[in-house]
Amino acid sequence: MSALVVGNDDPSKRTPLVLGGHDFKSVSDIICRPVEAKAPQWWMIAFGVAVSGLCLLIAMLSKLVWSGIGVWGLNNPVMWGWDLVGFVFWVGIGHAGTLISAILFLFRQKWRTSINRFAEAMTIFAVMSAGIYIVFHVGRVWVAYFLFPIPNSMGIWPNFRSPLVWDVFAVSTYFTISLLFWFVGLIPDLATIRDRATTKTRKIWYGIFSVGWRGANRHWMNYERAYLILAALSTPLVLSVHSIVSFDFAVSQVPGWHTTIFPPYFVAGAIFSGFAMVVTLMVAARELFNMKDFMTMHHLETMNKIILATGTMVGYAYGMEFFMAWFSGNTFEQYAFINRAFGPYYWAYWTMVSCNVISPQLFWFKKIRRSIPMMFIISIFVNIGMWFERFVITVTSLHRDFLPSSWFYYSPTWVEVCQFIGSFGLFLTFFLLFLKFLPIIAISEVKGVMPAANPHQPGEEH
Amino acid sequence: MNHDEPVSNYVFPKWVNKLPLYALSGAGLLLCLIVFVFWYWFSPKNLEVGYAPVQPIPYSHKLHVSELGIDCRYCHTQVENSSHSNIPSTDTCMNCHSQIKTQSPDILKLKDSYVNNKPIQWVKVHNLPDYVYFNHSRHVTAGISCYSCHGRVDQMERVHQVKPLSMSWCLECHRAPENHLRPREFVTKLDWKADNQLEVGRQIKEAYKIRPGEDCSTCHR
Repeated sequence: MSALVVGNDDPSKRTPLVLGGHDFKSVSDIICRPVEAKAPQWWMIAFGVAVSGLCLLIAMLSKLVWSGIGVWGLNNPVMWGWDLVGFVFWVGIGHAGTLISAILFLFRQKWRTSINRFAEAMTIFAVMSAGIYIVFHVGRVWVAYFLFPIPNSMGIWPNFRSPLVWDVFAVSTYFTISLLFWFVGLIPDLATIRDRATTKTRKIWYGIFSVGWRGANRHWMNYERAYLILAALSTPLVLSVHSIVSFDFAVSQVPGWHTTIFPPYFVAGAIFSGFAMVVTLMVAARELFNMKDFMTMHHLETMNKIILATGTMVGYAYGMEFFMAWFSGNTFEQYAFINRAFGPYYWAYWTMVSCNVISPQLFWFKKIRRSIPMMFIISIFVNIGMWFERFVITVTSLHRDFLPSSWFYYSPTWVEVCQFIGSFGLFLTFFLLFLKFLPIIAISEVKGVMPAANPHQPGEEH
Repeated sequence: MNHDEPVSNYVFPKWVNKLPLYALSGAGLLLCLIVFVFWYWFSPKNLEVGYAPVQPIPYSHKLHVSELGIDCRYCHTQVENSSHSNIPSTDTCMNCHSQIKTQSPDILKLKDSYVNNKPIQWVKVHNLPDYVYFNHSRHVTAGISCYSCHGRVDQMERVHQVKPLSMSWCLECHRAPENHLRPREFVTKLDWKADNQLEVGRQIKEAYKIRPGEDCSTCHR
């Protein structure tokens, strides 16, 4: 089996996307097994841990609402800390899903089929974690509806010139489209599970969510069209959402934030972190569910190549920020960046550089690109590095205000730390539910890229 | 359950085919209902207007202002000089009531307050949130009548709120004060009415150099 892949350096042939000589039935059997079998023990344990994390999040948010935003370590001039870091971190992770499902779909990258479902689910849950941060960082969460332009008895509107308002629209649009896209893609597979169901409960629930899918030609026609439209709608979102998140910083006047490079730099970083998260989760899932025939080494290697490419872009952006600071001749800008690398938060900066710039460069080596332990470790390093990137951007730019009298060393309180841990609880709770109750690979799409779906014989002229 | 036995494919009754239609129209109706409930019942016009608490002494503005002709400022002495328009102390009442109707049970309460040096606990009618800094003198000297916010108090047996006092209502006037401005000398004449309010308002806006603020910090400091 491995000889099949490793030996495939002949560029005239495509690497097979499904290994193990499966037919259509065995594909359905393997992918539906987690849904139909009893939850394995590791799942129960992991779910228990994740729900505890979720409870921790709820407790921390209750404390925040009860006592006010003072339970966080924020103060003038560092008025954004782990809240915004957590938000950008999670939204960034959410970018892999749309990129894989929309852009790779439009570019006919067929290798996306076995990972798109997985990545989209991750996107949705990551955006939910991000949304929690956005809603609760306003402090008085009962007036969070101020974020939306709703007519009210105060006669006030959000400031449409503020990127913070664009952000609300960008993130909520992104969440809606991602959810729709994910759901539309799920319908044929939900119907598969419904048709295979051996219990009435399963028949009813999967029946409800497969909305009457019969696999008729007309259904497939509408489905393909809807999927294409949604892909076209989400494609600009991959670029726009994180551009707008970067505007939260770039539109302000703070040295270290007020930079034109921010939108592309943020988008590259988002895809970088999102792919790293997909690799982390996929390495675990393919092992635990025995789906190595669908999530092949070829898939992982391709993902790692994208991590290498985006990681290099991010490294270039770090360098370019310093160049621009020097080139601008602006002493405030220069101070901001020298302070970033050698000031009180130097440790965060160098953690970021070693995780984000140095560690993905190891993927130039094919051996490392194809080594499960190495890619697992590097993908975790990338996630740590991307968290630190947001910390560096948010905190080090703020802690040196224009007035030296208000300079401040921000450190988080235990509430902020526990809330961040809790946001992982929220993410993993939903993700584990997804692993258990939904087909984690798009069954119908994987079948479409198998040789059996293609009447041509290997080597035959098309 | 025997897993070899397939479950019937027909688990849903036929009316389920219509369910999406019902669900969608139901959701639409529910949305309209929610909007209506908030717009109508939760608006300050519904929640605030008409508030008329019972006062410890049934003081009648109608009697004192309309029939006896006492000016607002005889009792609310600070309205032109202070941000707060004061409720008069018992001393002010006793200027007359030490002589008039001294044996009425309500006036006896007043006397009791006066003798024992214990203020009457009047109930506040027009209540603004703590984060709003409203300045009475600023408005009264700019030619905004008591009437514009409090209505025809001179005709009220018991004072009640006539305006919503919501932020959008404040802004309505801050954005177009000419609809309410009048010469300073008529500020406490609650029955005064300009023949052409818009024209008078514009002249006064010019003459008094009225430029009402619309920044957050105008009212929220």
